Amino acid sequence: MSDWSQAASNRPAEDLAPPIATATGNRGLQIEERLIFEQGSRGRCGVDLVDPPPFQTRLGGLERQGAIGLPGLSEPQVVRHFTRLSQKNYAIDSGLYPLGSCTMKHNPRLNEKLARLPGFADIHPLQPASTIPGALGLIDMLAHWLKTLTGMPAIALSPGAGAHGELCGIMSIRAALEARGDRRSRVLVPESAHGTNPATAAACGYNVDSIAGNSQGRVDLGALQAKLDTDVAALMLTNPNTCGLFENEILEIAAAVHAAGAFFYCDGANFNAIVGRVRPADLGIDCMHLNLHKTFSTPHGGGGPGSGPVALASSLARYAPLPWLVHGPDGLELVEHKVGKAQQAIGRLKGFHGQMGMFVRALAYMMSHGADGLRQVAEDAVLNANYLRVRLETDLSLSFPGPCMHEVLFDDRFLKETGITTLDFAKAMIDEGYHPMTMYFPLVVHGALLIEPTETESKASLDQFAGVLKALADKARSGDAAPFRAAPRWTPRRRLDETAAARKPVLRWGPEAVDQPAEE
Amino acid sequence: MRYLPLTDRDRGEMLAAIGVDSIDALFADVPSAARRDGLVDLPRAMGELEVERAIAGMASRNVAAGSVPFFIGGGAYRHHIPAAVDHLIQRGEFLTSYTPYQPELAQGTLQYLFEFQTQVALLTGMEVANASLYDGATACAEAVMMANRLTRRGKAVLSGGLHPHYREVCETYARFVGFELAAQAPAPGGGENLAGLVGRDTSCIVVQNPDFYGEIRDYSELARICHDAGALLVVAVTEILSLGAIVPPGEMGADIVAAEGQSLGNALNFGGPHLGLFASRDKFVRQMPGRLAGQTVDADGRRGWVLTLSTREQHIRREKATSNICTNSGLCALAFTIHLALLGETGLTRLARLNHAAAVALAERLERIPGVRLLNRAFFNEFALRLPRPAAAVVDGLAEKGVLAGIPVSRCYPNRTELAEILLVAATEMVTPEDVDRFERELKEALS
Amino acid sequence: MSTLRFTSDHEWVRLDGDLAIVGITDYAQSQLGDVVYVELPEIGHRVEKGKEAAVVESVKAASEVYAPVSGSVTEINETLTTDPATVNSDPMGDGWFIKLRLDDPKELDSLMDEEGYRRFIAEQR
Repeated sequence: MSDWSQAASNRPAEDLAPPIATATGNRGLQIEERLIFEQGSRGRCGVDLVDPPPFQTRLGGLERQGAIGLPGLSEPQVVRHFTRLSQKNYAIDSGLYPLGSCTMKHNPRLNEKLARLPGFADIHPLQPASTIPGALGLIDMLAHWLKTLTGMPAIALSPGAGAHGELCGIMSIRAALEARGDRRSRVLVPESAHGTNPATAAACGYNVDSIAGNSQGRVDLGALQAKLDTDVAALMLTNPNTCGLFENEILEIAAAVHAAGAFFYCDGANFNAIVGRVRPADLGIDCMHLNLHKTFSTPHGGGGPGSGPVALASSLARYAPLPWLVHGPDGLELVEHKVGKAQQAIGRLKGFHGQMGMFVRALAYMMSHGADGLRQVAEDAVLNANYLRVRLETDLSLSFPGPCMHEVLFDDRFLKETGITTLDFAKAMIDEGYHPMTMYFPLVVHGALLIEPTETESKASLDQFAGVLKALADKARSGDAAPFRAAPRWTPRRRLDETAAARKPVLRWGPEAVDQPAEE
Repeated sequence: MRYLPLTDRDRGEMLAAIGVDSIDALFADVPSAARRDGLVDLPRAMGELEVERAIAGMASRNVAAGSVPFFIGGGAYRHHIPAAVDHLIQRGEFLTSYTPYQPELAQGTLQYLFEFQTQVALLTGMEVANASLYDGATACAEAVMMANRLTRRGKAVLSGGLHPHYREVCETYARFVGFELAAQAPAPGGGENLAGLVGRDTSCIVVQNPDFYGEIRDYSELARICHDAGALLVVAVTEILSLGAIVPPGEMGADIVAAEGQSLGNALNFGGPHLGLFASRDKFVRQMPGRLAGQTVDADGRRGWVLTLSTREQHIRREKATSNICTNSGLCALAFTIHLALLGETGLTRLARLNHAAAVALAERLERIPGVRLLNRAFFNEFALRLPRPAAAVVDGLAEKGVLAGIPVSRCYPNRTELAEILLVAATEMVTPEDVDRFERELKEALS
Repeated sequence: MSTLRFTSDHEWVRLDGDLAIVGITDYAQSQLGDVVYVELPEIGHRVEKGKEAAVVESVKAASEVYAPVSGSVTEINETLTTDPATVNSDPMGDGWFIKLRLDDPKELDSLMDEEGYRRFIAEQR
């Protein structure tokens, strides 16, 4: 069998004392809330619409027959329902999210206001260009800021998120190789890479070859050089890497990759550590995706939407996906077809032009910070992570000695012989009011705990966080394992059975046979 | 700087605790050749007022759909969003929360995703739906790839009525992921023989309903033909509201539905972020891309929800994942869920009826203009007109007169001269009688 | 008489006449955790020694099951489709994955016997 040694099985929680029962199951402000399908009524509607006067329909005899099965609710019920749901979520607005690789920084509200201006929200992507010069102008300005920050001459803005940006990058590289008649079949990926990297390479038809790390948590240059040959299309590297460390041999790495005729792809998820201080172009990178929802503060929204623009070196710019925004004789124009300079474009990756709503937010963020503020962002992000490193290195096991960048990696050696796993430790953090850090990633250490505070945490917030982790570590080592196994105790739900969910998936509300709309 | 809590004093104390003199010491691993001591060449920090002025200035140079008679569709539709939707999605616990990987801290997100998945399944008439993809076009490409995996065949046939962006995205994926596409020529007004194209090497046929030209068809027979040949039927839907009025793909025998959900809860946003909907059959669920919220119980036996079947996804299967996708369209899915919860069965069907009524009335008026011919036999809220001269110039002219008249098909097919006179026109519940009057008047004048 | 052998990847193979039965060991299932899904090959499919023959999934991991010997699949354990938990409860018996018509019985010689595998696991811990 291949490696499963870090599989974290969900052991059922052991109880300390049963919680006090209430008649409703509610606990103060924590309210139990059914599904909308269990609350609907046929006569109800939360939107007042007037039926049109009778008319001759032209649906070709394909009118929908029978009920759809959607519940009817009034506005007060809908508002209450979703408000109650929101109260069961942790959020950046409520507390620190120490998630390594996610960059959970504050989401400025100015961004929300500006994205909702009718001049951005209420315009159609296919309106005549003469009616949307301001939209093209904003996209152009965003492109300028991102090109300046990365030092790269070109940027593809259409990818919908980071993984989509990776796809864009690898496709561009493949197109470049095909254009020069060079058939290569492998992509090199460090073993510490995020799962999207090998998934992307494999999706584009490449065989994925893993590169080992050295004892300092960086890519082993010798191992890389041994694997580099004329069959390698690209190296996909994250820098700083997923252990929170800057690849100090990156110039040598770039030189080796280029000497083999391959391309250097950089996963820009960790750009927050170096934005404004280091330009990826100066590191020899050919292609790098950015996550606007990480470095540039666009909100995570419970899982999306994101935006994943890709900065490109001149060797790859001509392959950028459509549409292109170019400076034409009459001003800014969209190039939507493979004509002229865009003849070799890889094609379209998404409908329309890209995540405009996220462009507005990201530009507002960047303009608010400016060149000086963005540099300060990277510095404070790195400072905060290192402060946590020194506050915690005696209590948790630091995986790699020495300074880190914007995130710090620990592993579960400090839990050895306590009978407590990284998972149990994380559940105990939840009871203390914290979302756990990234766990079990990267795979290069056992029971990884990857902490990224970001620059928007105050020193007091970090001190409190470090204090809690220290206390939990002390408690773990004292041999008192039961509270960890019973955790969490104070959340709306505790230790959900993920095994049952996977064995017998229930992915929608029933009943299956729908003769009438959901009834109360 | 208003978003940065650290003071210089904090920084000093923290550097001392770390044991370094300056922040530069923490960047020591950066090669000296790449070190930049100065600032990048960009403006310095600006206060809220200045940023607002600069960006609002750009916004004000655009003609917003609400300010003029507006008839553009083509895969993104202007609808009225109830005020409650935007207020609810801006609650910090929704807006600023992360992917629900820690289910105990995210029951809010997981419950609404479960409700969303149910709504999408009900609307499309399918058995199961995922927690959203980026948009309809990428959902369509994912559907083709899923069909390839399920049938172990590598050739998909795309109807000429499929939205050109959806086709183009499929073509990009086909080229690099490595499968074949037989994309049919656009055929507004029908005449396509897709049944004749189903072979033993066909993984799927992809159709759109209503199609790019607004035409509505029954694909039940095509579904049977596909299944007889061991192929799948993929149906794309660009105007999800249409399913409030017409037979859904599930009832026609579709195996996979790839749709755009923007019409419910989400503004036009100049094309993004939008909302990819993806639905299929239970027996295919393990080959579905994207996240899935599943119901379960917790340690106290209470019902709750978790992300499930994660072993399909990139963070576990890595190079063997069903898709490389990580992020979904979470907040857009929430907006959809809330809007549809407010509409309910009655509201949705009534809203769909209003849309169809608006389009029927508009079509009747425009058909009367000399030289204008309606191409559709049937339509929902969008139809195709053949004008007596190239549509692009007509549209540009009308834009200067303050009417956003629709989409000249030549924008998407610049090389097909036979399509140059075709104009796509959409009418939603937002269209007023005054808008219709103006459009008729201006178009008549432009064509005289 | 049946021969039971083990691989260093924690698969077992038992010879039963000219058929080889393959599964994963008790050690493997305990490390994997609750099995939620098993992906089995088709009957008639050819497997090669050391190459992927099946996939076993827990909630948090998906693991390849490699063929200990080469051959063609004659039978697959349908029970695992409806009740994957059988892999956890009876990995050496009812939790078997596939039966193969063996290419070359000599391929078994290079595998560990029961005692050898017991020692191998002891070293792992």
